[in-house]
Amino acid sequence: MPKRFLGLLLVLPALAVIAFLFILPLIMSAVGAFQVEGAFGWGNFTKTFDLYTKDIIFTVVIVSLSTVLIGIASIAIGGYLTLGEHPVAVAILRWLYRWPMFIPFIVVGQILRTFLSKNGMMNNTFINLGLLTPLDAVSFLDWRGIVIAFVWKQTPFVALLVAGAMASINRDTIEAARNLGASRLRLLFEIVVPQVAMTLTVGLILSFVTMMSVLSVPLMINAQSPTMLTADIAFRVNSYGDYGVANALGLVSLVLAASVAWIYLRASLKERA
Amino acid sequence: MTAAHIPATRNPIAALWWVPRGIIFGLMAFFIFGPLFNLLLWTVAEKWYFPYSLPLEYGFSSWAKVFAPRGGAMESLTNSLIVALLTVVVSLLLAIPAGYALARLKLPFRGLILLAFLIPQAFPNLTVYVNIARIFYEIRLNGTIPGVVLVHVSHGLVYAVWIATAAFSAIDAELEQAARNIGAGAFRAFLDVTLPLAAPGLMASAIFVFLESLDEFTGSYFVGAPDVNMLPLLLYTTAAGGNYQIASITALLLLVPSLVFMLIVERFLKADVLSRVGH
Repeated sequence: MPKRFLGLLLVLPALAVIAFLFILPLIMSAVGAFQVEGAFGWGNFTKTFDLYTKDIIFTVVIVSLSTVLIGIASIAIGGYLTLGEHPVAVAILRWLYRWPMFIPFIVVGQILRTFLSKNGMMNNTFINLGLLTPLDAVSFLDWRGIVIAFVWKQTPFVALLVAGAMASINRDTIEAARNLGASRLRLLFEIVVPQVAMTLTVGLILSFVTMMSVLSVPLMINAQSPTMLTADIAFRVNSYGDYGVANALGLVSLVLAASVAWIYLRASLKERA
Repeated sequence: MTAAHIPATRNPIAALWWVPRGIIFGLMAFFIFGPLFNLLLWTVAEKWYFPYSLPLEYGFSSWAKVFAPRGGAMESLTNSLIVALLTVVVSLLLAIPAGYALARLKLPFRGLILLAFLIPQAFPNLTVYVNIARIFYEIRLNGTIPGVVLVHVSHGLVYAVWIATAAFSAIDAELEQAARNIGAGAFRAFLDVTLPLAAPGLMASAIFVFLESLDEFTGSYFVGAPDVNMLPLLLYTTAAGGNYQIASITALLLLVPSLVFMLIVERFLKADVLSRVGH
């Protein structure tokens, strides 16, 4: 039996699960987006863009900003773990950064809701330290809260991937550049980061699409307008039973996520070429 | 900057580096542990309201309520654990052959196949789960544990397959070849040589899938509720009802396995596997 048939045979069961439990319902929802009372039409999209253009922009801005911040934080953490010279400081950071990694999103939403509110622990601590007066205390439970929640939860995951990739880089090039007098910042951006660019991209794309799909964080932190598309979809289904507009909103998020996945596909094809 | 590079660690300037380090690590610790500490306080707060920065009375009455026979938390906890364990078993049974093929065998459209497993993570699951619920309702899987497990498997497969693929490609193919050369069959060589070597990576993928299942909220809501109650659902309904004590205890129940796994994951997920994820 040719090897490629054996390979396909082994992959097939897993692919079948994706096909029947995800792609089929996905197609159903894509078709549903164009169905208005039994007939095909653009009605759902007109309604979607009339009502939710602001939320679409809001979602893109929030998720993109979070992705950028996660990227910066992971490079900083991974870089310090790889290039940091003080073993105690490196050990402290290694111990510290990973805590939020596996905490479920719904738990993140719950704990940050109490932490970031106007009378939450963050403002209370700053007031007790004399850094803030009670009158100046504001609630962070808006777009900032969502960004904080995303960065809080996703940074350890990307940083773990990035730090792992950095650790498997050949140390000789780093040492050679260091001996030639390159500063640590130059080492990081000219030698280390280019070699882990692929892993960093994979981690950030996974985070991007994860954040696009999270319902619990926007529901728990900021459910007022403007809010994220996932909260809008839930609202359309729960309050109006309006599956048409919900499906259309889903299709909009699919296009946004697919454009990011496309970047990954192009990069990985280029690497293999 | 360059002065600090000279190996003079006893230099007083080197000690001064602990000031920026201390500030940064302190801020990180505050933002990581502050919310967690806040959660712990809520689980034992009997009375806590504005403008007090700490609870006025402490006690365990909410714990008694949660674990009372009619509290519902025990049922949710059991359901969540059963579903998560079944999800791990099914995912690994699917991911081990798939990961092996993706790592070792020549496959057409390999990049596209890898990407296919990412699809469930790349779409707001909400609309998809609504449609899955419709299909499951037709074939009587809605509101059953197998139904919820299947939904979680589709969602967790990306971790299972991607990490399994990385784990298999991190193993030297010649080891298996050597076993074949001394007369072992293909399956025997895989079972005795490759699989044990890949075990730590596979364990890591099992951990990811387990947590993904425990975390999952949207799918459980549409496919499971109200017949199959799960912990995230309990957390959501109690938090929406403003009962922060019960919500925080439920959140803590979800937190403990997450933190335990966080502490042990690096034992299974080595750098050579990590650097191959997604390739």
